[in-house]
Amino acid sequence: MISIKNLHANVEEKEILKGLDLDIKPGEVHAIMGPNGAGKSTLGNVLAGREGYEVTQGSATLNGKDILALEPEERAREGLFLAFQYPVEIPGVSNLEFLKASVDAVREHQGKEALDSVQFLKLAREKCKAVNLDASFLKRGVNEGFSGGEKKRNELMQMMLLEPQLCILDETDSGLDIDALQVVAEGVNAMRSAERSFIVVTHYQRLLDYIVPDYVHVLANGKIVKSGGKELALELEEKGYGWLENSDNGAE
Amino acid sequence: MSSNAEIERRIGKEYQAGFFTNIESDTIAPGLNEDVVRFISAKKGEPEWLTEWRLKAFRAWQEMTEPDWAHVSYPQPDFQALSYYSAPKSMENKPKSLDEVDPELLATYEKLGIPLHEQMALAGVAVDAVFDSVSVATTFREKLAEAGVIFMPISEAVHEHPELVKKYLGTVVPQRDNFYAALNSAVFSDGSFVYIPKGVRCPMELSTYFRINEAKTGQFERTLIVADEGSHVSYLEGCTAPMRDENQLHAAVVELVALDNAEIKYSTVQNWYPGDEEGKGGIYNFVTKRAVAHTNAKVSWTQVETGSAVTWKYPSCILKGDNAIGEFYSVALTNNYQQADTGTKMIHLGKNTRSTIISKGISAGKSQNAYRGLVRMNPNAEGARNYTQCDSLLIGDQCGAHTFPYIESKHPSAVIEHEATTSTVSDDQLFLCRQRGIDTEKAVSMIVNGFCKEVFKELPMEFAVEAGKLLEVSLEGSVG
Repeated sequence: MISIKNLHANVEEKEILKGLDLDIKPGEVHAIMGPNGAGKSTLGNVLAGREGYEVTQGSATLNGKDILALEPEERAREGLFLAFQYPVEIPGVSNLEFLKASVDAVREHQGKEALDSVQFLKLAREKCKAVNLDASFLKRGVNEGFSGGEKKRNELMQMMLLEPQLCILDETDSGLDIDALQVVAEGVNAMRSAERSFIVVTHYQRLLDYIVPDYVHVLANGKIVKSGGKELALELEEKGYGWLENSDNGAE
Repeated sequence: MSSNAEIERRIGKEYQAGFFTNIESDTIAPGLNEDVVRFISAKKGEPEWLTEWRLKAFRAWQEMTEPDWAHVSYPQPDFQALSYYSAPKSMENKPKSLDEVDPELLATYEKLGIPLHEQMALAGVAVDAVFDSVSVATTFREKLAEAGVIFMPISEAVHEHPELVKKYLGTVVPQRDNFYAALNSAVFSDGSFVYIPKGVRCPMELSTYFRINEAKTGQFERTLIVADEGSHVSYLEGCTAPMRDENQLHAAVVELVALDNAEIKYSTVQNWYPGDEEGKGGIYNFVTKRAVAHTNAKVSWTQVETGSAVTWKYPSCILKGDNAIGEFYSVALTNNYQQADTGTKMIHLGKNTRSTIISKGISAGKSQNAYRGLVRMNPNAEGARNYTQCDSLLIGDQCGAHTFPYIESKHPSAVIEHEATTSTVSDDQLFLCRQRGIDTEKAVSMIVNGFCKEVFKELPMEFAVEAGKLLEVSLEGSVG
């Protein structure tokens, strides 16, 4: 699925990722945990191709394709999805119009026929229901005036519509109360399949009670310093990150 | 590369109406004096009262100075270097029907997407086509006449309906109203005249298409629309010009009269040549548009302004009668080195008069875009209300948006609301779109169209689609 080797990346001339390696097979869910400032969000942004994140070394391939060479929209069409920590508002552009443009672009890339407006509306309404959003949200501006939880559910709905290969959830739990967290987690779990992989970036173990990962990695100082099974998350919850950061022999 | 740089790289597609029609024209020598005014009047065989009317305006104009308060800067036009009359030679002997019109002229309009043969024309839209200083053809005149609607070039209306023209010409925009209105009153060439009789709902959309073709000429059209009591009309104007290195002057006057209980909806899609990427060439668009609304009448201005190097334009409403309604919906887009200073005036004279102003300014490239508006509640305007919403959208970091609202209230019961916002197309918004597979160009066009939605929905349907496309073309190259 995705293979990341020795990835180094700068943000504003400062090196944030310092040689990150990660291999994810189809169907796997990997959690990335770590202290604030470790580079967790940077990973998602680098993979999605956000401006200002400069790759200086290393490689990342999605199904054998060098994704770092692609434009952000091409990566998206190849099946890479980033659920944002803070989804931005686009006033005036209706959610429905935005979703249709998005799905149209991805389907065109996959050589599939475009859905007509009626088919699409039906599909979008179904997905709204699945994430417990009222269908009236389709008519509103993208994320415009949505609460924190509504924005996250809107992200989840987009993910369901686009059916991506690799989903990166960037601190999806931040700003969510426990009910909203459960809705989001159920949605993600429903999307787990043998073909689809997830990178779940989180600071707290709480989310992982609901989205149970196959592997847990600790990111500190720009690289992965420890990997393990889901029990590693519990250990981190108990002990914090300090003991691992200190053990990072590669740090300057 | 920053997305702003990319934005700039992409705004800047070719102006598609920039071709020149090679046709033999009768163009008088440059310069302006009383003889030129008399020449124009004679050319049109005008009655003496109108010749005198023009001369009065000319004398007033000579005493006036160009306004300099607008937020625009440009070298002062040399009014003696312009030619004030140019007409295709083939129009010398007035063609009796479309079959007699020079095919080259018809082809020009066809190329612009305005077929003049009625069977090919947009269903339900009558067109008056003005080419430089003359009207080339007016479609569906007979059909409109059946309903009692008069729709013809103003130069013909002077002969066929002198009583109407004489009664209303200059009553809304007086000859000495301002520098450009005075100039227009002296040398106006052609334009449309519309009269809707009492109680008639005009059966078609009316539209005038203005085309400047000849070099070193100015276009000075004059439009007069009179909606008699209880009548209703929707009118649309469009404008284009060839691409030229030198600036050309366009100084129009539009007067609307909505008598008791009448309704006039006036829409403009202005796409004069805006000049090139370096700001060379383009039209100077200095226009005076004003309406008078009598008791219970309603006037609605909708404009989509994408063209012209410099725009100076304030379609206004004088709400004279009680309960009169004035509306102004505007999208003004500037790119490259374009400058626009546009807005409206709502003058509330009658009781319970209401006005709404929705202005959307979009600036890209190195352009400057200003909204200037006046809301005045006079001492008798008891219970009058105004709502103004003024939004600016900035694309890139080298353009400017400015808002100059003037509010004067002389009645304690009048209510005036004003809201203004400024926003940018942010990198975060573009990244969200791209992360969902939508390319930047499509994303910008979606965001800009979304921003303009409230105004577009006021346009007649066919033109709302056109306006959306026009924005897309005008913005191309502004984003990457």
